[in-house]
Amino acid sequence: MGVGSFFTSKLDEAIGWARKYSIFQYPFVTACCGMEYMAVACSHYDIDRFGAGLPRFSPRQADVLFVVGTISHKMAPVLKRVYDQMTEPKWVVAFGVCTCTGGFYNNYATVQGIDTIIPVDIYIPGCPPRPESVLDGLMKLQDKIAAQVQRY
Amino acid sequence: MDGAAILAEIDRRFGADVVETHDHRGDHTAVVTRAALPRVLATCRDEPSLAFDVLMDLTAVDYLTYPGREDGPRFEVVYHLYSIAHGHRLRVKVRVDEADAVVPSAVPLWPIADWFEREVWDMFGVRFSGHPGLRRLLMYEEFVGHPLRKDYPIDRRQPLIGPAI
Repeated sequence: MGVGSFFTSKLDEAIGWARKYSIFQYPFVTACCGMEYMAVACSHYDIDRFGAGLPRFSPRQADVLFVVGTISHKMAPVLKRVYDQMTEPKWVVAFGVCTCTGGFYNNYATVQGIDTIIPVDIYIPGCPPRPESVLDGLMKLQDKIAAQVQRY
Repeated sequence: MDGAAILAEIDRRFGADVVETHDHRGDHTAVVTRAALPRVLATCRDEPSLAFDVLMDLTAVDYLTYPGREDGPRFEVVYHLYSIAHGHRLRVKVRVDEADAVVPSAVPLWPIADWFEREVWDMFGVRFSGHPGLRRLLMYEEFVGHPLRKDYPIDRRQPLIGPAI
């Protein structure tokens, strides 16, 4: 290993460590999963412990998009636009089974999984997911963020 | 007024235009012809002994595959009326064929009918003549067809963006 790659790999670790504890999320809440999302954010489960306690209500200030709840075909262009407005680096969490696969909504209105529209990093299944599942998904996302190799 | 008396009053005034009346567990229903519908609804609203000042709901039913009703008129538009003054209720129905699925609008009588009728048009494809702006309410404009019709395939997808699955 050369001296240069030694420094960049150490810099990657430092940046990844900083990023994974400063997650500014954009909650895209459309349905009942939102209640469980609120439960995670409140003091019993407290996602602030993971540095993810401050939601930003503008996609331009956020770096993790939480898609919480059923996405209909009519809502799909809005979700795509919100994703496009976020600045790099950005990650997407599919919260709840509706966002993962469409869930039990096999009908004319529902998008069968948001990964047909935008890339997804972490899937949290459940209807709605337990707060423990959400914390598990959040920690998996942190691992993913920390391991991400930077482009210089 | 109790339900039977309301039906008797409707029958007395519009006898020839009342297709049938029935009473199911205290819910009284009058099925009337389409031609008489505006007069029936106006009477229900304006006659002091009826005074149906609230249109609680307006919806439709598709009888395409309903046992025993396959050959009859395909759609039934349903009006649920309520009177605040008297506390009584009435259900009015009108039957229309698919080829001529047009019903006179109830917007001049109850402005709340505006969005109800747009929803029925959106979901069932029943038109309302005289409606001030009959556009889709729930689905988007590019949507083709009417999803609550019984012959709309349950798994047909019409995505605005992204691949069809």
